[in-house]
Amino acid sequence: MAKPDSAINQRVQAVGQWIDDRFPISDFWKQHISEYYAPKNFNLWYFFGSLAMLVLVNQIVTGIFLTMHYKPDAELAFASVEYIMRDVEWGWLIRYMHSTGASLFFVVVYLHMFRALMYGSYQKPRELIWILGVTIYLVLMAESFMGYVLPWGQMSYWGAQVIISLFGAFPVVGDTLVEWIRGDYYVADATLNRFFALHVIALPLALLALVVLHLAALHEVGSNNPDGVEIKKLKNPDGVPVDGIPFHPYYTVKDLFGACFFLLIAAFIIFFWPEFGGYFIKADNFIEADNLVTPEHIPPVWYFTPFYAILQAVPDKLMGVILMGAAVMILYAVPWLDRSPVKSIRYKGWMSKVALALLAIAFVRLGMLGLAQDTNIWELRLWTFIYFAFFILMPIWTSLERTKPVPERVNYK
Amino acid sequence: MAWAAKGGNLDSSGANVHDMASVQRGAATFVNYCQHCHSAEFMRYERLRQDLGLTEEQVLENLAFGDQELADYMLSPITTEQATEWFDAPAPDLSLTARSRGGNWIYTFLRGFYLDEEGWNNTVQEHSSMPHVLWELQGIQRPIYETETAGDGQERRVLVGLELAQDGLMSTTEYDRKVRDLVAYMEYMAEPAILQRKRVGIWVMLFLSLLTFMSYLVYKEFWKDIK
Amino acid sequence: MSTSKEDLSSVQPATDTSRRRFLTATTAVVGAIGVGFAAWPFVANWKPSARARIVGAPVEVYIGNLEPGGLTRIEWRGQTIGIMRRTDRMVEELEGLSDRLRDPESEVVDQQPEYARNTHRSLRPDVLVFNMHCTHLGCIPQVFPEVESQPFDANWRGGFYCPCHRSTFDLAGRVFRGVPAARNLLIPPYRFLDDNTVVVGEDPEQGVA
Repeated sequence: MAKPDSAINQRVQAVGQWIDDRFPISDFWKQHISEYYAPKNFNLWYFFGSLAMLVLVNQIVTGIFLTMHYKPDAELAFASVEYIMRDVEWGWLIRYMHSTGASLFFVVVYLHMFRALMYGSYQKPRELIWILGVTIYLVLMAESFMGYVLPWGQMSYWGAQVIISLFGAFPVVGDTLVEWIRGDYYVADATLNRFFALHVIALPLALLALVVLHLAALHEVGSNNPDGVEIKKLKNPDGVPVDGIPFHPYYTVKDLFGACFFLLIAAFIIFFWPEFGGYFIKADNFIEADNLVTPEHIPPVWYFTPFYAILQAVPDKLMGVILMGAAVMILYAVPWLDRSPVKSIRYKGWMSKVALALLAIAFVRLGMLGLAQDTNIWELRLWTFIYFAFFILMPIWTSLERTKPVPERVNYK
Repeated sequence: MAWAAKGGNLDSSGANVHDMASVQRGAATFVNYCQHCHSAEFMRYERLRQDLGLTEEQVLENLAFGDQELADYMLSPITTEQATEWFDAPAPDLSLTARSRGGNWIYTFLRGFYLDEEGWNNTVQEHSSMPHVLWELQGIQRPIYETETAGDGQERRVLVGLELAQDGLMSTTEYDRKVRDLVAYMEYMAEPAILQRKRVGIWVMLFLSLLTFMSYLVYKEFWKDIK
Repeated sequence: MSTSKEDLSSVQPATDTSRRRFLTATTAVVGAIGVGFAAWPFVANWKPSARARIVGAPVEVYIGNLEPGGLTRIEWRGQTIGIMRRTDRMVEELEGLSDRLRDPESEVVDQQPEYARNTHRSLRPDVLVFNMHCTHLGCIPQVFPEVESQPFDANWRGGFYCPCHRSTFDLAGRVFRGVPAARNLLIPPYRFLDDNTVVVGEDPEQGVA
């Protein structure tokens, strides 16, 4: 080990000082990493934020490499994916990392969002973090939808056909809008080409910018925790929150462990089960897009299915689209729908617990119904109703129920 | 006799893509029976040679058509026009069929041809435009019907099974094995990287297990500080 | 450590950090190895794909109809490869040029396979197989086979002249002194299948280059 006063160390410090005189890099490191104090009582649910970052990096890196071999041309796209799978060195691995990463992105994001709902991470003063987060989720949906079109298989094609057609539901402008999105009279080369552009550059840029803002907002107010206690309220004479611990090294090593475990699961899927039983890569997508042959059943990818189910809950196309849009947009209102004086589910009343459990069940059940071919319309409507009831009735039960007293300090061990 | 109801469950093929002998036999079956009409537009003979451990001569003499070379894709000698004329529809490319349809579908389909009053039919794909090219090997199967009374009181004839009415060149066991080999080959052909994928995967899993364990120790060690 | 201090901080660093340093170091090393392995598929991803390798496979050329003094051009791996049948006179001319050449003995080993490290830079004196791209900036030189005075060289003994930046080479592709190009023209791997058939891209002792 190098002694602190070794010659090499002095050189390193000199270089560090040289940079610091010109750019506040060590201030940045302190503020966001080594002296960013996070509550010490994070549990399993707090892994998913850093895991989402990990997946984002994976998508960007593998995506860049796929772009080097992929051809965004309706004539060539399908064959170029097979070229990647067969002829390009390690192309299959990079493609599976990207396709698996896409699904796992939604896994971690959904768990991350559920965490926020559980512990009230959207409440004052974290409303902006939540709003930015929901926006990230929206952009992510657009990003993944367009990415799914690129392999130009039957599912890519007909999925695009169905989703683009939704815009036709708008009165008066609908048809014009659909044509404008497609850039042709059917889903065609022009559509593929523009989706490619949006997928590889426009939306990733937006996504990155939003993630930076999401984190900046988080670090301004500090992290919430499973107890919903504001650790900044109790500081020691040095101004350090008593229940806070430096992000580095404590959460870096913990997140590193989480990342390794997550990679283990991801690697299992990538190497041994990349189609994941048709949920990650659908069998019909191994047939090249054909605008004259419609597959028998066109379910969306699993992460869209809850909303796809809600779309079908009402018989009117426009109403369905509005309802589906509302199902996502209503998330923005959550910080103002929750009237509870406490943040965490631990100290909320039984009504909150039942409601959140019902929301989770409704979301999963809707997802299953969105995938299924024959659905019971009344069951569909029941879960759709429960989904919306959670949000609409939230102000009522959160102000009615009796909450438990929140402790002064977080629970640890 | 193994049997699948119309549109119902498929038989499990039991094909093993890692059994090289089986894949090689399947490749020969594919070339001799399928490739006369179907192409595999994404599969090169050279790839086949490398992955199946064959020599250039073995591939060119036994598996390639006419003056095809190692660098060529495994294309059928017939043209789309001919195929359309003979079978009403061009024979679909088979490169990815094992992934789009599944190995069990192929296995059940190739064992599900039968001869009824109207001619050849299939349990998996009704009135398939594909002729039963393997009939000499399998023999001729006849349908077994039962009469069922449907909910509306009408009686319907339902196909419940097949029986071998005329022996083929192969026994049922031999024929099933031949189809199983073919499915193994087609599964390989649909994703040639599958061989490398699983081989590499084992090492990656072992390595990540070690790293996860070590990072857990580091995490626990540092967190001793936290009171 | 006082009790009050304990109450005011959740972190109480351990005094003995040897185990910690050992675990961190070993995990970092193992992790770094992992990153190295993980980087490999991305590095290898840029290698010529199976398709590129197939397209870049050896090329067979029939030269039975190539006249003495004549030159034929073929394409191999996107490069223009010249095959020239040199006359006896041309081969003889090569001997007396040494002091005007930069690398008469083909000492730059990367510029030709071992079997072409000789005065005529070829397997057979009469047949020259060479990559025609000028070693300066990649233009394709013109052929001036005759011994006659040229605007660019009054004492021209036959060879190649690059119009881009006036580099000159003799009929074995050896570069003359005082021109922009610093190296002899590249000789690709090749072999003779029989007297009249050249395989470009394959060494004589089997093995694809």
